[in-house]
Amino acid sequence: MIEIKNIVKSFTGKTVLNNVSFEFEKGKTNLVIGQSGSGKTVLLKCLLGLHEPEKGSIVFDGTNIVGKSTKNLKNLRKQIGMVFQGGALFDSMNVEENVLFPLQMFSDLANSDMLDRVNFCLKRVNLENVNHLYPSEISGGMKKRVAIARAIVLNPKYLFCDEPNSGLDPYTAILIDNLLQEITHEYQMTTVINTHDMNSVMEIGQKILFIKDGKNVWQGTKTDIITSDSKALQDFVFSSELFKTIKRIKS
Amino acid sequence: MGLIASFGKYLLFIAEVFRRPERRSVMTKLVIKEVYDLGFKSLSFVVFVSLFVGAVVTIQTATNMTGSWMPRYLIGYATRDAIILEFSPTIISLLLAGKIGSNIASSIGTMRVTEQIDALEVMGVNPATYLVRPKIFAMVFFNPFLISLSMFGGIFGGLVAGTLAGECTTAEFITGIQYDFNSFKAVYAIIKTLLFAFVIASISSFHGFYTQGGALEVGRSSTKAVVYSSVVIIVLNYILTQLLLN
Repeated sequence: MIEIKNIVKSFTGKTVLNNVSFEFEKGKTNLVIGQSGSGKTVLLKCLLGLHEPEKGSIVFDGTNIVGKSTKNLKNLRKQIGMVFQGGALFDSMNVEENVLFPLQMFSDLANSDMLDRVNFCLKRVNLENVNHLYPSEISGGMKKRVAIARAIVLNPKYLFCDEPNSGLDPYTAILIDNLLQEITHEYQMTTVINTHDMNSVMEIGQKILFIKDGKNVWQGTKTDIITSDSKALQDFVFSSELFKTIKRIKS
Repeated sequence: MGLIASFGKYLLFIAEVFRRPERRSVMTKLVIKEVYDLGFKSLSFVVFVSLFVGAVVTIQTATNMTGSWMPRYLIGYATRDAIILEFSPTIISLLLAGKIGSNIASSIGTMRVTEQIDALEVMGVNPATYLVRPKIFAMVFFNPFLISLSMFGGIFGGLVAGTLAGECTTAEFITGIQYDFNSFKAVYAIIKTLLFAFVIASISSFHGFYTQGGALEVGRSSTKAVVYSSVVIIVLNYILTQLLLN
């Protein structure tokens, strides 16, 4: 579990996160939603220790990471898997080498065992026979899946995803969503997903934090959204004609 | 003030680069890879440029000596000194600042803007050590070979051009390159080479590492890397020459 309390973060005088508090639960897909520029990515970077909040605490299973040096965060980071928006796969490495990389850096397994683990993870994300392709040779959806495989190869306790569906077609996006949910349950990870994709919210939103202008406006589950009386949330979630129609039909 | 702040940031960056690496075995493999990418792939370029510049230096020297009382072997002597003292260590380093420096800055800069450096950091890998240290080691290790080869190439180019143009005989040229040879000149050239290799790799990496934005900024970082590396090489060249030869 990750607990954040009263997080404040500002850049050159502009407050980007203002007293945000939330509990990201273990074994659940925790979604952070909000418009572009609402502070989602900054929150994620604070959780990852890439940004230091001015106030508040970020507690990973009892350990507050705020104020800790990069050196002290090293052990925690080995328990973290991260799927970046663009995948952030290393261009100079092929698929197999990308997934192998964290094992080479941090595990003492024999080479054959490492390769077995890599193949297992690639198979888990439904990728086979792509080991020797380079990131430039695979599709966007495949890149995301390789990024997920790389993120889970060290069996992390925490998985972070920054807009894992951006740039994907609806079908592939749902596949990625379901994959993330399955993996979260299977490995009992604390998964935090930044998204503004409403399909994802309705598909895998087991616990949701809605941020607007850096403030925690609403929190709940995907089923709570329909009945919520938060105007900001309703305006955000049901902004498209499709979702407005669905809401009308449901109500 | 901006320059002082940048210099301070550069020093902190270098301190970060020389922190203990996560895995020594991985680091060794990376250094070998960088020797190939940054060094071996520059071999043909360096040899090609050296051959032709050596040839030009010889012809120009010979032209300046036309009709003079000076012995023809001095063509080889002048070519040797020009190549060893200045052309190979300094001019080739400047050319490498353009070729390798822009490559380093743009590759690291692209990794920055595509979040690959963030990915390393999140994994607990020190990106400065992982990405930059092998490049510095590879350059400092391989550039002396490259520059030595450039010296041989330049002198050989001079020999061929001099004899083909009928300015001197092969024997005269060889007498010239052996005449009054002081081995410290080669040591001076290697000292410059080592320092310039460090400058190219570290300054280019620094500019790439702190790239912010998108493709446009990657291009700007690449340009800055070449300009700053070249300026520092030129200034250091003067300081080292003053200190070592005067």
